[in-house]
Amino acid sequence: MSEKIKAPKEPLFSKKNKRLVTEPLDDNNPVTLQVLGICSALAITVSIEQALIMTGAVFFVLGLGNVIISLLRNAIPSRVRIIVQLVVVAALVIIVNEVLKAYLPDPAEKLSVFVGLIITNCIIMGRFEAFAMANKPWPSFLDAVGNTLGYGMVLVIVSVIREIFGSGKFFGYPILGNNIVDPEAGLELTGLYSIGYMNNNFIILAPFALFAVALIIWVQRARNKSLIEEH
Amino acid sequence: MAIDKDKNGYTFLFSILMVIVVGSGLAAASYGLKPLQDKNLRVKKKMDILGALKIEGVDRKTAEDLYAQYIIEDECIVLDADGNIRDGIVAFDVDIKTQFRNKKLDPADRDFPLYVASIDGSTKYVIPVVGSGLWGPIWGYVAVDEDKSSIYGATFDHKTETPGLGAEIKQPFFYNQYLKEVISVDGEYKKIKVVKDGSGADDFKVDGITGGTITSKGVEEMVDRTIQVYVKYFNK
Repeated sequence: MSEKIKAPKEPLFSKKNKRLVTEPLDDNNPVTLQVLGICSALAITVSIEQALIMTGAVFFVLGLGNVIISLLRNAIPSRVRIIVQLVVVAALVIIVNEVLKAYLPDPAEKLSVFVGLIITNCIIMGRFEAFAMANKPWPSFLDAVGNTLGYGMVLVIVSVIREIFGSGKFFGYPILGNNIVDPEAGLELTGLYSIGYMNNNFIILAPFALFAVALIIWVQRARNKSLIEEH
Repeated sequence: MAIDKDKNGYTFLFSILMVIVVGSGLAAASYGLKPLQDKNLRVKKKMDILGALKIEGVDRKTAEDLYAQYIIEDECIVLDADGNIRDGIVAFDVDIKTQFRNKKLDPADRDFPLYVASIDGSTKYVIPVVGSGLWGPIWGYVAVDEDKSSIYGATFDHKTETPGLGAEIKQPFFYNQYLKEVISVDGEYKKIKVVKDGSGADDFKVDGITGGTITSKGVEEMVDRTIQVYVKYFNK
């Protein structure tokens, strides 16, 4: 995927800094416009809780990583810069993983390997290379905030759709009724399920996330025609 | 800047420094968090064992107390593959997942821990099982009633099975099917089959999960392989 490389600027005004946060939310969204980080959008969007924890983990890695890379930008030898970025991202991801396992064992178990896979999240390396290598720490941090919010927003939208229509739940609470029949435990169909509604298993599967992301891209470009690429 | 960043010497120096700093930082993080992580794993194991015993109100906070209340640690034992008692091993410390993954360890040399619980004066036996799903390890605990034959409770868990398909083995509708089953009739071991044809209501059969055949078969295999050993012990 090609990515717009921003020219190094000196953002003196808070207006410019503000744009660093707001642009990735819509007009330069890392998922729907740069089409980065799709892999994790498929994997962890089956529940809203997972999407939020993933967003938090990405924020930690991208926020701290962007600042570290930005502080080191004048010291990093250009020939090994990609490796340096990779080491920074890998080290931060391992720390996130260890901390989650120690303090939040239940969510850590649910996310399992996907935390480790933040290393391969193209958004992070993309922001290191395109922004942090050429900007001061503060704007780099704001860039991380903006991009994480843009990324998290898409994850949450997709996970809301998938959790409601795939599992009949919202944030883990069964909002469409009970769909498990178990006479011994006194469970029977209630709510929508009692009139024949069924969860759509396809929505739980990874390919549906692609449809959901595509729908978001469609809506976004229908609303803002200037985002449509020219060929 | 006076330093030429493109020189080989600088690049090497930078890389070496970076590796030392990052390496020691990660080692410190891992070492510092290890006790907490180990404790979480032990609590999780206790929660799973209590889950198979159908004890209510188990969470990370109450697990330690409830475990001490229901499990009779002095009576928990470790068996060998022939159902004989192995002395000198603490059942809770046996890591059957690691033993299962260890390709160098002969399956006949694995340890088989047995947890003994007392619920309202009735003795229950909890058998840990471990096997392979489609993508990764699956495991669980099967509790056997005082008669050493009928299944009292069961729970299964997995690491990376597909949500909505194989991952459904951890749902009550699946593992509760085991509650009506028995593992032996007059001391003779009986295999519990996981079936596809919807005849799960029959004896010695449970319904598999649609779209999760390989995981379901993995459950069948691990329960079958492990329970046999314990039936040998129960018959003694």
